[in-house]
Amino acid sequence: MKHPVPPNAKWSYVFGSATLFCFLLQVITGVALSLLYQPSSDAAYQSLRFITYQAKFGNVLRGIHYFGASAMIILVGIHMIRVYITASFKYPREMNWITGVFLLLFTIFMGFTGQLLRWDSNGVWSSVVAAQQLGRVPLIGTYLARLLIGGDTLGGQSLSRFFAYHVFIIPALIFIFVGFHLYLVIRNGISEPPKSGRPVDPKTYRAWYNKLLKEKGVPFWPDAAWRDIIFSSVLIIIIVALAVIFGAPQLTQAPDPSAVHASPAPDWFMVPFFALFALMPHNIESVAMMLGPLLTVILLLSIPFISNRGERSPLKRPWSMFGVICVVVFVLSFLIVGMHAPWSADFKAKPLPLTVVKQAEKDTMIAAGVHLFYTKGCEYCHQISNYGGLAGPNLTYVGERLNQQEITIRIVNGSTNMPAFGGVLTKDELEKLTQFLSAQKR
Amino acid sequence: MSDQETVNSISRKGFLVKLSLSLAALSAVMASIPVLSALLAPLLESANEKWRTVGILTDFPEGTTKLVQFENADPKPYAGVTARSAAWLRHNGKNEFVAFAVNCTHLGCPVRWEDTAQLFMCPCHGGVYYKDGSVAAGPPPKPLTKYEVRVNNNEVQIKTSPLHITNITA
Repeated sequence: MKHPVPPNAKWSYVFGSATLFCFLLQVITGVALSLLYQPSSDAAYQSLRFITYQAKFGNVLRGIHYFGASAMIILVGIHMIRVYITASFKYPREMNWITGVFLLLFTIFMGFTGQLLRWDSNGVWSSVVAAQQLGRVPLIGTYLARLLIGGDTLGGQSLSRFFAYHVFIIPALIFIFVGFHLYLVIRNGISEPPKSGRPVDPKTYRAWYNKLLKEKGVPFWPDAAWRDIIFSSVLIIIIVALAVIFGAPQLTQAPDPSAVHASPAPDWFMVPFFALFALMPHNIESVAMMLGPLLTVILLLSIPFISNRGERSPLKRPWSMFGVICVVVFVLSFLIVGMHAPWSADFKAKPLPLTVVKQAEKDTMIAAGVHLFYTKGCEYCHQISNYGGLAGPNLTYVGERLNQQEITIRIVNGSTNMPAFGGVLTKDELEKLTQFLSAQKR
Repeated sequence: MSDQETVNSISRKGFLVKLSLSLAALSAVMASIPVLSALLAPLLESANEKWRTVGILTDFPEGTTKLVQFENADPKPYAGVTARSAAWLRHNGKNEFVAFAVNCTHLGCPVRWEDTAQLFMCPCHGGVYYKDGSVAAGPPPKPLTKYEVRVNNNEVQIKTSPLHITNITA
């Protein structure tokens, strides 16, 4: 506790310990949940309903575990960004970075398997999606997919597998890697805040650092640790408060792979990937799905090897800072876009009311066209006057862009990402629909 | 110690070292076989696929597409509702049926049949298929996977199948 640390390591240094305390919170609430949870495919969903609706403080317990998971993902990200910005991965702390990258991967995997353990319809379909992604690995993809779900099909053995991953295997790895990570922090010392014009030289760094600690070091407790304790305490209080106010995530339907009217949605931290898969060009998708994560991990692991000496100050590393900004902007953008999912049909779209369409009251052809616009599924993807989906172009004023003949050709033949409806509509239906659409003008 | 005693001592020590390491290795191998077997079990077992009855002929008028549900081959006793699979069964006429897996070939989400639009639509990433299972729009790389179907003594039957995984070659 009296271990000396650099004097100016202040609030930006709390995120590592905050992640650790969050992880301990997850372990404790996870153990508590395991006292109530039934890890068997035929009973898991019912036990979740018991925890949520009947067990005393069960909903809050689930909520703490959920918000704690979200907090872990956020904190791991902030901690990593802080370490990268201050180049604390440079000599002699390269292995800290490398163990940290593995911990990042384990955290994401824990978040993913945790959602699956709810074993509701979202959980089941998320497992299938993960299996399909693994299937893109060349040669062994199908075997990897089968290993993930524990068999040829999703079934009883799938949940057992996810439970083992989430409760035993990955936490064991996390404990080992966190232990090593912390040992290295103590061994190499907490990195001093970087200063422009003071590059890291592996030949002289250790002696210089030890001198710094001897002359100016402060005891970890209480001079530095008080910030860690305050931040982590406030964090845990906030997590519990969120759990009390908002409760646990809603359970969707029972985990029935034959219930097809499900709209699978991952938890928020997986949404950026979800959005990326929807938006990337289709013809590179299989390769990107397989190579993307692999290259990302290789790049992250190689950072200390690319540059483990030299300037640490962010002021002297403009490209690195630009890279961080890009990553944050990309991830946030995909998250925001993914929340709206404008590429998916909106199955909940309400029928376009006749009152919204000016000519519909007088013109029976147009009124019939309005009805067809909904029943033939156009409204799932196209919006008119705020009714409908976002996957296709807004058609509120389509009559100003296309005449009736052009609209007919588009509907009959389809277009990029639009099916051809020529085989679905009769001539009469097509006439009514196109009359309605071509009349949509200001 | 005399030279002879030293030689005896070295050979005894050497033997004990080899013995302890060998036994440790043997015990590790013995214990790991069932552990690895549990881990790799999905690759070691294969279900015998079965024909499941999903209805009788009159349940499926010509030109209609209906959702049918059936039990997988060899489900675990504790599988609960996860033992089920579903298919979209289309009667093309003259007792000719085609059964599509409900899994979108993009990333496996369940597609729904929109009867008035005569399209299969995926809720996840905008995939759309025509009534014959071919891709109409969106990211799916190939048509909907089909199950084997047969009519047996007036019963319509589907053959169970492993979850179809879309590979990188698709």
